[in-house]
Amino acid sequence: MSKKLSLGLVFVLVISLLAGCGKAESDKIKVGLDYELSGQVATYGQGLVEGIELAVKEINAAGGVLGKQIKLVKSDNKSENAETANVATKLITRDKVVAILGPATSGNAKAAIPVANKNKVPLISASATDDDVTVDSNGNVREFAFKTCFNDSFQGSILANFASDDLKSKKAAILLDNTSDYSKGLVKSFKETYTSLGGTIVAEQAYQQKDKDFKAALTNIKDSNPDVLYVPGYYEEVGLIVKQARELGIDVPVIGGDGYDSPKLADLAGKDALNNVFFTNHYSSKDTTKEVVEFKEAFKKEYKKDPNAFNALGYDLAYFLKDALQRAGEADPIKLKDALASTKGFKGITGELSIDKHHNPVKSITIIEMKDGEQTFLKKQQP
Amino acid sequence: MKWFNKKNIKMIILVLGTYAISEILIKANIIDSYIEMNLVIIGINIILAVSLNLITGFTGQFSLGHAGFMAIGAYVSAIATAKLGLPFIAAILLAAVSAAFVGLLIGIPTLRLKGDYLAIATLGFSEIIRNILLNIEYVGGASGFNDIPQYTTWTWIYFMVVITVTVIKNFVNSYAGRACIAIREDEIAAEAMGVNTTLYKVLSFIIGAFFAGIAGALYANYFYFIKPDAFGFMKSIDILVIVVFGGMGSIKGSIVGAFLLSLISLLLQSVPEIRMILYSLILFTIMVYRPQGILGDYESSVKLFKRGGKLNVGNQNK
Amino acid sequence: MGKLLQQLVNGITLGSIYALIALGYTMVYGIINLINFAHGDIFMLGAYIGFALTTFLNMSFIPALVISMLSCAIIGVVIEKVAYKPIRNSSRIAALITAISVSLFIEYVMMYFVSAETRTFPDVLAGKKINILNGRVILNSKDIYIIIITILLMIMLQYIIHNTKIGKAMRAVSLDSEAAQLMGINVDKTISYTFAIGSALAGAAGVLVGVYYNSIDPLMGMVPGLKAFIAAVIGGIGIIPGAMFGGIFLGLTETMVSAYGNSLYKDAVAFAILIIVLIIKPNGLFGTTAREKV
Repeated sequence: MSKKLSLGLVFVLVISLLAGCGKAESDKIKVGLDYELSGQVATYGQGLVEGIELAVKEINAAGGVLGKQIKLVKSDNKSENAETANVATKLITRDKVVAILGPATSGNAKAAIPVANKNKVPLISASATDDDVTVDSNGNVREFAFKTCFNDSFQGSILANFASDDLKSKKAAILLDNTSDYSKGLVKSFKETYTSLGGTIVAEQAYQQKDKDFKAALTNIKDSNPDVLYVPGYYEEVGLIVKQARELGIDVPVIGGDGYDSPKLADLAGKDALNNVFFTNHYSSKDTTKEVVEFKEAFKKEYKKDPNAFNALGYDLAYFLKDALQRAGEADPIKLKDALASTKGFKGITGELSIDKHHNPVKSITIIEMKDGEQTFLKKQQP
Repeated sequence: MKWFNKKNIKMIILVLGTYAISEILIKANIIDSYIEMNLVIIGINIILAVSLNLITGFTGQFSLGHAGFMAIGAYVSAIATAKLGLPFIAAILLAAVSAAFVGLLIGIPTLRLKGDYLAIATLGFSEIIRNILLNIEYVGGASGFNDIPQYTTWTWIYFMVVITVTVIKNFVNSYAGRACIAIREDEIAAEAMGVNTTLYKVLSFIIGAFFAGIAGALYANYFYFIKPDAFGFMKSIDILVIVVFGGMGSIKGSIVGAFLLSLISLLLQSVPEIRMILYSLILFTIMVYRPQGILGDYESSVKLFKRGGKLNVGNQNK
Repeated sequence: MGKLLQQLVNGITLGSIYALIALGYTMVYGIINLINFAHGDIFMLGAYIGFALTTFLNMSFIPALVISMLSCAIIGVVIEKVAYKPIRNSSRIAALITAISVSLFIEYVMMYFVSAETRTFPDVLAGKKINILNGRVILNSKDIYIIIITILLMIMLQYIIHNTKIGKAMRAVSLDSEAAQLMGINVDKTISYTFAIGSALAGAAGVLVGVYYNSIDPLMGMVPGLKAFIAAVIGGIGIIPGAMFGGIFLGLTETMVSAYGNSLYKDAVAFAILIIVLIIKPNGLFGTTAREKV
């Protein structure tokens, strides 16, 4: 009988420990961070958080927003969807955050959004690119979900147009990351647009995140004689892919999305290999506008390294939130949600964006060409 | 066996009573959505741990592939509810039966394997399942399966846990259960004494998988969204850790273990950078200083872990 | 034909790396019956040490390789003394979970200090393209380096195992540790040596991977570690030529599946082969069927 009693005691202990450990601090605005800080995709989560933390430091130093300082409540969702929902719930019910930033991946975002909707707290992701994140399968907008990054469908079709119109490509080979919803999303929209423009896909191979050896897939691709190689992945693998492709004698243009944007790309691929490579991005880090240059300097000073796309997106996300908070007038989640939905012409370092009726951003897209390992601006397209 | 003896009635009152109290607390909002979510997670973990305990703790079959059964359950339930529009009870049953079937498929070829080899084989099966799921577009592949209707409520979890614990406890205390324990202790002796080791080894896999499938279904229909990576190697390890932590061969241990480990995980939520470092240190300390787990000594009739030497779970091939 | 040759080269290079890691696994398992999950992380540490040596101290390839191997040997011995010795008499499951906790510890400590981002190696081993068969097969001189270094290390290992006293002690302890002890062999020391050598090989693999693929990150040891373990089991765990064979076999299989089948299934195929081998010949392709004595 005593065992049952001790069992019951454990039960009660757990409940009491879980209960009430949060107080609302009214002199600070609490913002929750629900990011992948451990696990397979930790690099992306960490990168976004670095950008956010830098921005918030600047915002607070300049007086905060609505007269209050921003306090970030950073939490790790372990790259797991159950933990993501758990963390989101904790941030909302215990830490009483006014908004949740993150997660980094579409998969985890999909797990957190039902929690945000249920509790009526907005969730904004700067990198969850799956169309499904903001709009469900019936075409309805998920009320409290927002994103500041391109939809996969948008980016993929831009790339297809670029391949067909600018590179005059008719036979494309695809090498996608089968473990990433970002990569798969980009492939789907690319294929639709590309084939409708008259192109044919001559090869489709896949790899997994963290793979280092792509020779087998690339050899197959080489055999199929494509005139363009579409690799919509992240820079960690793309860098190696470009290097190995060039080593195998594949010299056709390589194109992809904003996952390429990182100073590491040139290190991984080697400057000589990084030629004839094009990717779409939110902005160009070579942009000489004051804000971009200042961001790069501030980032380098804080973290001792050059920023990549995730850092930049995180930085903008924080300022985007600040702008919406100001327009909302108070730190109320529902007013904030309305302010977010009505964002027009927000100027961030990654471009100027407005939020459309599907809670997706409307912003221009830039195409970058890599020449000898350096990014050069090719062109900018308005939406 | 008379069902309505004093002990059983006390149990039923305790179970129903606790449920009633919990429902009151929820309605009064003392148990809010955060605590409720964590209780749901604990409940699912209890079902997983108890079912794994049957395979590994009671029958001595070292299985590192439990997450694979959970994955089958989760995906079948998701398809049944989201795509086929079936009611939840049907979905759970389908999920459990599918997982049990896979348990049968895994139990048979691995009959001859023992110890570490069995562990790696089960790990392999689980990874193959995950790999296949990653490649099936119908369930979303790497993008996962979204918009699963949320049918799991606290009530479902509570009574599923009760059912799981009751069924497995009764199994363990029956002839079948004793046969399993005999297999764990010394398979050759058990065979020599007339125990049908093949039947019971496969049976423990089937039952363990059945309940893991239920857990998977509950999981899928609570979190709205599942993806294959949620059921990888680390998940199997997490479940095994609960079982070992609570004590192999102890059902109460699995329950307590699930509670305590979830608590530890929650406490570590506030230190994200060093969370995993602390977790691994805690794990290490437990393994070195109390490898039999918290309640490992209470229910095992044989002092498995006090003996030094290499025997223990599974025989050596030496 | 050219494509087949190319894929063969790809496979053998990949397989050599698996073989190097598998050797360490198999040696440790043979001697203390522990699946050392942390082995893949020693591989990762080797890569990072090599990275630090070449980037910050501007060392060239061979010295960096040697020092990295030595450092990993030391790390391996430390891990054994601190983490594995206390649980030497515990149950298999406790040992396994301890190994996993060590693995997680190493991975996340590294992540804490160097962050999850990948690092790139400086170009210490110049790769030159070698065209054979009129450019239908393009080799890189790095491929040759890896294969040659792997073969050299394996020859050295075979020599140590069969021609030195410590090698004899290692073989004795893995066969029957009590008898070995009775014959006067210092079991503790032998185990330490085993860990040292196995870890050195893993460290070498780490440096080679860093140089060849040019990218390292704290979690890079997980998947190769698992694959190397599969390779060791396929060849016969505890059997050194088995590990070598298993590694190359696995590398070739993976490459061929990617090349001629669907690269998405290459992991599933690796595990499927593992299961088939375990069911048909559980002691591995090179193993002998041991009779179970009652």
